[in-house]
Amino acid sequence: MSHDHDHDHDHSHLSDIELRVRALETLLTEKGYVDPLALDELIETYETRIGPKNGARVVARAWADAGFRERLLADATAAVAEFGFTGRQGEHLVAVENTNETHNMVVCTLCSCYPWTVLGLPPVWYKSAPYRSRAVRDPRGVLAEFGVTLPEGKQIRVWDSTAEMRYLVIPQRPAGTDGWSEERLAELVTRDSMIGTGLALDPSKPEDAA
Amino acid sequence: MNGAQDLGGQMGFGPIELEPGEPNFHAEWEERAFAVTLAMGATGSWTLDASRFARRSLPPADYLSSSYYEIWLKGLEKLVVSNGLVTQEELSQGKALVPPKSVKRVLKAGDVAGVLAKGAPVDRPENVPARFKAGDRVRTKRMHPETHTRLPRYARDVEGRIEAVHGVHVFPDTNAHGKGEQPAWLYGVAFRGTDLWGPDTDPDLVLRIDLWEPYLDPA
Repeated sequence: MSHDHDHDHDHSHLSDIELRVRALETLLTEKGYVDPLALDELIETYETRIGPKNGARVVARAWADAGFRERLLADATAAVAEFGFTGRQGEHLVAVENTNETHNMVVCTLCSCYPWTVLGLPPVWYKSAPYRSRAVRDPRGVLAEFGVTLPEGKQIRVWDSTAEMRYLVIPQRPAGTDGWSEERLAELVTRDSMIGTGLALDPSKPEDAA
Repeated sequence: MNGAQDLGGQMGFGPIELEPGEPNFHAEWEERAFAVTLAMGATGSWTLDASRFARRSLPPADYLSSSYYEIWLKGLEKLVVSNGLVTQEELSQGKALVPPKSVKRVLKAGDVAGVLAKGAPVDRPENVPARFKAGDRVRTKRMHPETHTRLPRYARDVEGRIEAVHGVHVFPDTNAHGKGEQPAWLYGVAFRGTDLWGPDTDPDLVLRIDLWEPYLDPA
């Protein structure tokens, strides 16, 4: 397709892609299909309200409250709704639990499917060709790049999000955290640990406790 | 379709580039491309599956050399033109030349929170009995449709085992192309890594893939 953008002096500092997005937004606004204030609100929502802190609260409660953990494993959509985390890209949530025997890791080889309600928008690496191509074939190699080494013989289950099911990994609870409050536990839960490319922070390790 | 998007198992992309403290958006245009895509989705002019297909059917060289939100932008440009909301001429000139087409709704700022919280569940009533149950052995079909599909290439013509029955879900292969939702049973199917990739593969690897009944035969 041709792009006859008006490269006038006012816009000469903008890249082609910036001009193209701006042109499309202007056009769609002019035609009344989009409300620019709604666009601002959408951006604001994912910048400030929906992100991995949501998921960290869910995991911390699963660690601290056995009843909640059971509800989460039985029906994650319903369980996270207890926090008010519902809706887009979280309509069909499944929680998968890491154990001594099994490590879980999530990918979408076809695009970028990701549980927005609990993790927010995915990072660039999750959407990138290197991760999507290798996660299903060489997960141990991928994990090594994230600094994670799993014991030999531990089963690795890689969940390819090919449908609308969205997966949340419940990392293993670090030792020495008995009696911790949910708020304190949530600080140990990283985004990557909920994708399975990382582990929860371990307060007994100096590099994690910092 | 066998497009560039179907990345599972492809080689040569190099190491994963990690960015500590990564922001959600790396530029203002990414924010706008993201938001305008969501807002246009809310007009109800096409299905989520149709928008995925629009992105995936970019020519492979274009897909692979575009950043993530560039792919969204290019997909959206195709959708607004193919659905008659915008003419090619308008897109080229960046200004409205013909009257707008009516859309089902226009997302307003005050409705954003409610619309996002509601989402768009794709489970549907159980219209027919499920063909498979947990524990059944199945074989994925050998198929290479030129249209939309969510059966990745690396998982075709392979034997696996049903581990979960997710219920009846909208079938993307038809829903992407205006042929209706045609809801079908969706299963969580487990595959051994060695069955997918051969004997050199990590023996402790298990792949879990969500697959619709039309993709599966009894093993």
